Amino acid sequence: MKNSPTASTRLINFLGSMNLAISLLVVLAIASIIGTVLKQNQPYTDYQIKFGSFWFDLFQSLGLYDVYSAVWFLGILAFLVISIATCVGRNTPGILRELRHFRENVQEKSLRAMKHQFTLPVSMAATEAQTLAQRILASQGFKTRQKAAEDHMVVAGMKGGANHWGYWLTHLGIIVICLGGLMDSRLPLMIGEWQGALKPETRNMPASEVPSVSQLPTSSFSYRGSVDIPEGGSANVIFLPVRDGYFVQHLPFDVEVKDFRVEHYSTGMPKSFESDLVIRDKDLPKPMEATIAVNHPLIYKGVAIYQANFGDGGSRVNLRLHPFNNQYAAQDVEGNIFKDYKLTSSNQQYKLELTDFRLFNINDMEEPDGTTKKTNLGPSVSFKLRDATGQAMEYQNYMNPVSIKGQIYYISGVRSTPAEPFRYLHIPVDPKGGMERFMRFLSNMQDQELVKKSALETTRDSMQQAAVKSPDVENQVVESMVRLTTLFAAQGSDGVMQEITERFPEDKRESASEAFMKVLNASLRSIYQETLKQEGVTGEATDADLAFFDDSLLAIDKISAYGSPWFVQLTNFKHIEASGLQITRSPGKDVVYFGSVMLIIGVFLLFYVAHRRIWVWIKPLENDQSEIVLAGSTNRNLPEFEHYFKRLQETFRQAMVHEVKHVSSTGSD
Amino acid sequence: MSVPQEAIESLLEQPGLFKRLNLKDWVWAAIVLAATAFVFVNYGKVMDAYEIGILALSAPGLIGLGWYWKAFQPYALAVAACSLLGIWLYGGDYGNAEQVFGLKFLFSSQSAVMWMSALFVLATVTYFAGLFANNGFTLKTGSAITWAALIMGFTGLMVRWYESYLIDPEFGHIPVSNLYEVFILFCLITGLLYLYYEGRYKNRTLGGFVLLVISAAVAFLLWYSFEKGADKILPLVPALKSYWMKIHVPANFVGYGAFALAAMTSVAYLLKAGGEKRNPQGFTATRLPPLEMLDDITYKAIALGFAFFTIATILGAMWAAEAWGGYWSWDPKETWALIVWLNYAAWLHLRFSKGWRGVPMAWWAIVGLFVTLFAFLGVNMFLSGLHSYGEL
Ligand code: HEM
Repeated sequence: MKNSPTASTRLINFLGSMNLAISLLVVLAIASIIGTVLKQNQPYTDYQIKFGSFWFDLFQSLGLYDVYSAVWFLGILAFLVISIATCVGRNTPGILRELRHFRENVQEKSLRAMKHQFTLPVSMAATEAQTLAQRILASQGFKTRQKAAEDHMVVAGMKGGANHWGYWLTHLGIIVICLGGLMDSRLPLMIGEWQGALKPETRNMPASEVPSVSQLPTSSFSYRGSVDIPEGGSANVIFLPVRDGYFVQHLPFDVEVKDFRVEHYSTGMPKSFESDLVIRDKDLPKPMEATIAVNHPLIYKGVAIYQANFGDGGSRVNLRLHPFNNQYAAQDVEGNIFKDYKLTSSNQQYKLELTDFRLFNINDMEEPDGTTKKTNLGPSVSFKLRDATGQAMEYQNYMNPVSIKGQIYYISGVRSTPAEPFRYLHIPVDPKGGMERFMRFLSNMQDQELVKKSALETTRDSMQQAAVKSPDVENQVVESMVRLTTLFAAQGSDGVMQEITERFPEDKRESASEAFMKVLNASLRSIYQETLKQEGVTGEATDADLAFFDDSLLAIDKISAYGSPWFVQLTNFKHIEASGLQITRSPGKDVVYFGSVMLIIGVFLLFYVAHRRIWVWIKPLENDQSEIVLAGSTNRNLPEFEHYFKRLQETFRQAMVHEVKHVSSTGSD
Repeated sequence: MSVPQEAIESLLEQPGLFKRLNLKDWVWAAIVLAATAFVFVNYGKVMDAYEIGILALSAPGLIGLGWYWKAFQPYALAVAACSLLGIWLYGGDYGNAEQVFGLKFLFSSQSAVMWMSALFVLATVTYFAGLFANNGFTLKTGSAITWAALIMGFTGLMVRWYESYLIDPEFGHIPVSNLYEVFILFCLITGLLYLYYEGRYKNRTLGGFVLLVISAAVAFLLWYSFEKGADKILPLVPALKSYWMKIHVPANFVGYGAFALAAMTSVAYLLKAGGEKRNPQGFTATRLPPLEMLDDITYKAIALGFAFFTIATILGAMWAAEAWGGYWSWDPKETWALIVWLNYAAWLHLRFSKGWRGVPMAWWAIVGLFVTLFAFLGVNMFLSGLHSYGEL
């Protein structure tokens, strides 16, 4: 009768079972997939939009937005570790026995029952055979034990015990790695959250204003977070992102970024990012200076500081605001990125929010031959212009004129949401390299007196040529010229088209618009002439002047949709960069590395060392003859062992059977 | 009556490693050492401690590999000769790639890779032809073509390494940094592993199967370079400038290559097993190697792949720790590496302790290739993460 196993043995059997181990491996693999398919730790609103509120709530309660910190996932990992530990614990006594015992007490019967066994009558006395067998095995690297009984002798050999070390090292290595990982994990934060002692902050605010439930002391055991520090600035906190919020982690020292540098390859791709740091700590006799770069962190007091990325650090920019409306004067604004500025002196209140400055803009530009080439367009400033109702448009304006298909423009991109691509406004550059001519031309268009005067001149000119004289017609033409010009200057060709739609029935519109365009064009031309005259340009307009005229009209046409009452020109800047630092304290790292080394050594021992046993059972016969039974077993690589056992068999035959005298002529191996 | 002592000695003598070496082996060692010394004397000044360390370790590694696998010696010498010829033809001017005949049609990296591609496809066809015709000579020809493909491919990588410095010394880097380069590496490692087992088991009938995977990789490589211009040599982004990368990537590809090989021997296993059941006199049952051998190669390849994949993943973690400040971030690439690892760990456990063999394990090894493939390519194509070196 077998005793039924107690509950605890059953539990241990279950935990250490191979079935559980394999199931856990597979479950862990599948669980890990979830986190790679569903992008982790995105803003929660993104998930909400993507899944709808029902699924959003369900997924949130399953912890799918941060799978690898979810309780159930950690549970699987814990189970895995327990399973391995149980298995190792359960197998260890057996393995120790296995390593210690040579089994020289085997029975002949069991040897003969082995898969690898072989009987050989040998032509020598048993003692001699025993010595020889021992020597053969020893020369093959076996450790041996011998036994002499009344009717038989045994030489038992064993080698490759390191295979079992492989078993221990792999499994203990995995446990050590998991423990190291645990040391660096967020478990303390999670516990703090459960207890209600900690709560991540979700609002965007300065670190100093974050409430204390979201602040972590310098004594934290491990952390991994990041902070952006502008050149010349310093910080003693980092931000640990948690789901859709963050914690503020205090550092045991101050980090100042003295300088940040990006170097570029000739292709414009970044080559290196480097920061010159100054560490200030009361434990240091004087501030410590160090330079870090990508892949070259600084480690101080067990805290590692990595160059992770970079951004703007509040660059100083000088902006000139050219109003598109001639009632307002141009104005200059001096500001810093990430700051907001109130703008008045237009008919509305606006808020200018400076969002980014970039020194380099590597864009794909079309070459005259139709190919695209990566070109550096130079500095740009990005900003939002928010009107009184809170609506904002986003702009990116380039400082330097850009050459497109042989013409040069100031360009500005505009869009209403970050999801859209930028639409571009191209303002032609005048021969002096500025925007004066364009702005004067636009302003002239809005100048009623000037428009009227030039309209009158043009009309008279053409009427004279056509030898017509009629003040009525003249008035009518002049009046429509003025009206159309004003309309175009304010609303572009859309305004003109609207006027046509309103005033003419369907069937007349085409001819009307043709006539209107002629009139408008004539008026604009004469205003342009006037503009050139004001600039001091006399004589016939050159091709370049004409191209400028066309480009100006294209630009003015777009202004009404541009959404800003000014063209914001970047005139000067002082670049201040921010260095993006990743700062971690991971005391478990070396533990993990240690476990990794165990794992690697263990795996190689497991695969490439096999535990082998050989027994030689020697039975004395008469006349100094004997019989041996050679048997062997292994725990790995059976095919190899079979091969090996055959060779060993041959060696024994040659050494112990009489014909061995010819061995030197038949050769070995 | 007693056995002459020295006869026994000679029988028992387990010839020591050094006794088993012949003159050729010593010449090999001398060449490797001389080459290492040459590199050190000429470039030691511009190498840092890591690079000197890698150099110092690669010499004994290469010598050992050559001693263990004799066919590797002539192979390596052929690659060295072709690479040096290519470099010599360049004569320090990248423009020669289009001017000099020997570069334009043979040894510029792009031509060499084209040769490699063509030869691999040809070898696949030849191996299968030999298998169908049951013709030993054709199979031998298949091996020879595979060797030629491997020589051209490796030469292509070596010359590409040189070219990267020639284009701009600042661009220079070992060619294991983007998807195009690692695909070449994959073809080479899989091919070399196959030829090793071919020699070891003295059986050429599996060549077509393994080369089928390589040909698929070649097809991708060609599409990738023609369609996307991926063969262009670009400088490294800062995150890739790491010593860890230089060993992490090759170690990974020993893993991928071995897993691919195991999957293809498993395909052969399934064909053979199915053939034996349906028609013991039939084609697959008689032509393919014995099941035990197929099973053995599959196991050996998975064990080798697993060992290297373990090293590679750990090296990857060390690199991540240095570049991103954390050895494990559950980034999709990392996570998929873990999934691949767990998958093969489960496979090995079943085999070790349950003694599972045969058809189910063969299927599993084939599925394993798809899991591996996803980790290798799918992650870069479908999932975003920090490992963006290989975006399509
Ligand atoms: C990844 C996590 C791993 C887990 C959860 C795990 C779990 C287990 C468990 C529970 C056992 C004991 C089964 C028993 O008592 O019969 C076992 C045995 C074993 N494991 Fe693992 N193991 C892991 C990784 C590895 C690795 C990486 C290797 C090496 C390739 C390995 C090789 C072995 C071997 C050789 C045995 C002994 C099988 C035998 O009885 O011959 N394990 N493993």
